[in-house]
Parts: sequence; structure tokens; C-alpha cells
Amino acid sequence: MDVVQLFVYGIVLGSILTLGAIGVSLIYGILRFAHFAQGDVAAFGAYIALSVVVASGLPALAALPVAMLAAAGLAILIDQTVYRRLRGASPVILLISSFGMALVIRSLIQLVWGPHNQTFASGIQIPYRVGGLVLKPDHLLIVAAAVALVVGLHLFLTRTRMGKAMRAMSDNMDLALVSGVPAERVVMVTWALAGALGAAAGVFLGMDTRLHPQMGWSVLLPVFAAAILGGIGKPYGAIAGGLVIGVAMEMSTMVIDPAYKPAVAFAIMVLVLVVRPQGIFAGKVL
Amino acid sequence: MSIASAASSATSSATGPAATPLVEIDKVTGGYGGSDILSDVELSMTADQIVVIIGPNGAGKSTLMKSVFGLVRIRQGHIRLDGEEITNLRPDLVVQKGVGYVPQERNVFPSMTVAENLEMGAFLRRDDFRPQMRRMYDLFPRLAERRDQLAGSMSGGERQMLAMARALMLEPRLLLLDEPTAGLSPLFIDQTFERIKEINSLGIGILMVEQNARQALAIADMGYVLATGRNRYTDTGANLLDNPEVAEMFLGG
Repeated sequence: MDVVQLFVYGIVLGSILTLGAIGVSLIYGILRFAHFAQGDVAAFGAYIALSVVVASGLPALAALPVAMLAAAGLAILIDQTVYRRLRGASPVILLISSFGMALVIRSLIQLVWGPHNQTFASGIQIPYRVGGLVLKPDHLLIVAAAVALVVGLHLFLTRTRMGKAMRAMSDNMDLALVSGVPAERVVMVTWALAGALGAAAGVFLGMDTRLHPQMGWSVLLPVFAAAILGGIGKPYGAIAGGLVIGVAMEMSTMVIDPAYKPAVAFAIMVLVLVVRPQGIFAGKVL
Repeated sequence: MSIASAASSATSSATGPAATPLVEIDKVTGGYGGSDILSDVELSMTADQIVVIIGPNGAGKSTLMKSVFGLVRIRQGHIRLDGEEITNLRPDLVVQKGVGYVPQERNVFPSMTVAENLEMGAFLRRDDFRPQMRRMYDLFPRLAERRDQLAGSMSGGERQMLAMARALMLEPRLLLLDEPTAGLSPLFIDQTFERIKEINSLGIGILMVEQNARQALAIADMGYVLATGRNRYTDTGANLLDNPEVAEMFLGG
């Protein structure tokens, strides 16, 4: 396939990975642990959107706000009931408990929505043809919505009191606490953001491909690869990381079987961990 | 173990007998976790003073200063701020009582700009903090030039100034400085001491721990020499500098 065409697909996938990776990075920046349930929170958001689409007949993008709110709620709920009791525990304990949480959410999804593949819209979308390029309307929507969300996040982090408090806590926890930053409120907002952005990733992934209870789990590896490549704990690094991983995964299909796309993400992640563990933007070392 | 009297304090404008001490450390014993680092330590200062704590490594200098800020578990004794009991009060509450603290390391938010660092310092303020921010830019013109620069990209001396300005954003009555000149070049050391004098002249009490003991005592109203967690000498800065025993044992001859 054409190089430019694959690059476009890479940008679409990269936008999705970016949203997931920002969530992972935000949580790592504030709570210092790798949240393994992030993918399944994203899948939960996608399925909520599916229910809205089925019930209302609206397009998936219109269901996005509901999905984001629901996933934000789920993330806060998990934190308050499980992770909150483990504040200050070793990162390994938190990581394993988030692994357990991932299994719980995935089973729940399967229980409620069933184990089979589902899609937001039946029928075939009529693609735009620009020059030699084939662009699906959904692809344009995904990239545009992802850009809007990232810009929104940027404004939140740089313009609002709470956003700055989040950056301060991620930067220097002790100094933030003696400055009077309300730690638990910042933690809650972090989960809400990570959940909401994760849900957006899930919905977009569903729009791009299909919904399946395993979708969150299978996207988790590239999401972590993106977060680590960008420098974990650095939400802006996650944007660069997401785009690089997304493009690399799609471009790799020129030379290897598409089934190995996740392996490409994994290979990049391992390479980064060996060569430059702090990532492009000098985040925390895992 | 003689505690030299502060009889010569008549020469110091700082000690008025009528004033309530800004800080009163009253026979404090405590440390981190199980073991005590401080035993029966006393210290008293007024708001117009610069007070320096010196002593060999492991003497408990930083521990004594941190005890005011609620970072040390005090087992016996009392700490009062303007007569109010603040013994074992949580650091964020001590901040609200009007105490600013500048740690020795990690004292800025490196990936935030100078302006954002100051804003974080003012996080607890409900009123408009911009007038205080302007005062900080007047006091530290260097920070005004670099207000949009990331704190992590600044030199050690500039960072130290930012750390002090950040701690001053809540307009504290007392500023605690943990080795403010550590790791700075001689030029920046002089500048930092100048700034400290200037801050003090605004009516903010300064309690600091310093390795550059001679220079620090030269600007100090009072000096407290600690050894193995106890008061060893207490006198005006000038007298401590003139004291041959102190000079030999604690100022490197």
C-alpha cells in the first residue's frame, strides 16, 4: 500500500494511542504507578457509547460525552474503593491490583454486553478521495476530536488553578503539599481526566475498528509503549510517543504481516527502556 | 558546656525585652521515627532578627529548623510562634500560620515557569496575589526577566532566589532557609546574603542553617552553635565570630 496512505492510518491510530497514553502518564505523574486497567477503562467507555448509540440512534461521536463522563466516574470509583486504600504502598502492589482491576472490568463488560464483536454503525462509509488518498469520514472525525481534546487538556493544565496544581504535584510532591495543594482533590481530578480521555480512546478505537471485550487489553501494550517513549509522567511526551508508535505500527505493515503490529510497539518499548529509559521528554524512569 | 551569655546584645538593635518572641523553641527533644536528634534545645528570636544555626555535620541544625515547620516529631518541649503553640503542627497548617520554608534541595517546580512557581507559592491565597508577585519581581529583578522561563532551566543561584520568592508569596512572618547558599558560586553567595538582609528589613524574621558560617554570622543578629543535638554556644553573630573557641572548633580556625 501507498506510504502516505499508511502514514495517514498511523496518525489515526496515533491519535487514539495518544489519548490512552496521556491518561497513563497523568496517573503515573501523580500516583507513581503504572495503571494496567487503563485499557479496560477505555473499553468500558466504548461500550457505554455503544449502548447510547443503540438506544438513541445517534452517531458514536455524539455519545462521546456520555462515555467520557461514565468512564471518569468508573475511574474515580475504582480509585476511591481500591487504590485509595493502597496510597503509599509499593508501586508493584498497585500495579498488580490494577491488573486485577483490569480483569474485573473486562469480565463485567463481557457479562453485560456479551463476548462477540460489535460495531457502532453497520453499512459501509463512503470514503473521500483526495488525490490518491482514501480518507474515511470517521478517520477525520477521530483526528479532529483527538486534537480538540488534547488542546482542551493543554488549556486545563496551563490556565486553570487545578491544572497547575496537578503539574506541581507531578513535579515536586513535597513542595506541592507544603504549598497547600489539596492532594486528594488533585488525585480525583487526575482519575477523572484519565478515565475520560481513556473513554475517548476507546470510542475512537471502536469507530476505527470494532468493539470487543478484549479491545482494551490489546491496546494497552501500544499505549504503554507510547507513554514510555514520550517519557512516562509527561503528558506532552505522550502525544509525541502516541504518534510515533501509531505511525510505526501502520508503516510496519509494508514489510511484515499486520498481525505483528503490537510486536512493533513492544519492540520500540523495549528499545526505549534499554537505550533511553527516561523517554524523549525525560520522564520518570519506570 | 558553657552557654556564653548574650550580654552584649545591647549593641544589637534586635533584642528588645518587651517583645513577644516570634519563635520560641522551648527545651525541645525529638527527632525522626524512634531516635532523638535534638535534646533540650532552646532558641528564641524576634521578627526583626536574622538568626543562624551553625555546627558540625550531624549536629541537628536542619532538624532544629525543621522542627519549627512540623517536619520533626517533638517528644518533649514546646514550639511557639508569636506566643501560639505550634508544636507538632502539620506543615501545611504551619504555612497557614505565616511560616515560609525553603528546603535545601528540590525547592522549586522544575517543569513550571517562574511565574507559575510563584503562583503555586500563593496557592492558599484567596485574594489577589499579583501585587505580591510584583513585589517579588522588584525584590528579585532577575526573576522578572525570566518569568516565562522553566525553573528547571535556571542556574542554581537563580533557582535559590525563586525558591525564596515562592516561599514569600504568602507574606510570611518567618522564613526558614535550609543552607540557602549550598552549591552556589561565591558571587551568588554574596548576592543571596544581600537578598536575605533585604527580606529581613521588610520585617520578616529569618531563621537559617548555613555551611558558610563566617559569612552567615556576619549578617546575623544571633547565632546558635549546636553540637550533638544540644545548644553549645549562643551569642550575637559578631561575638561568635570573635570567640576563639568557636572559631577553632566550628569555623575552621
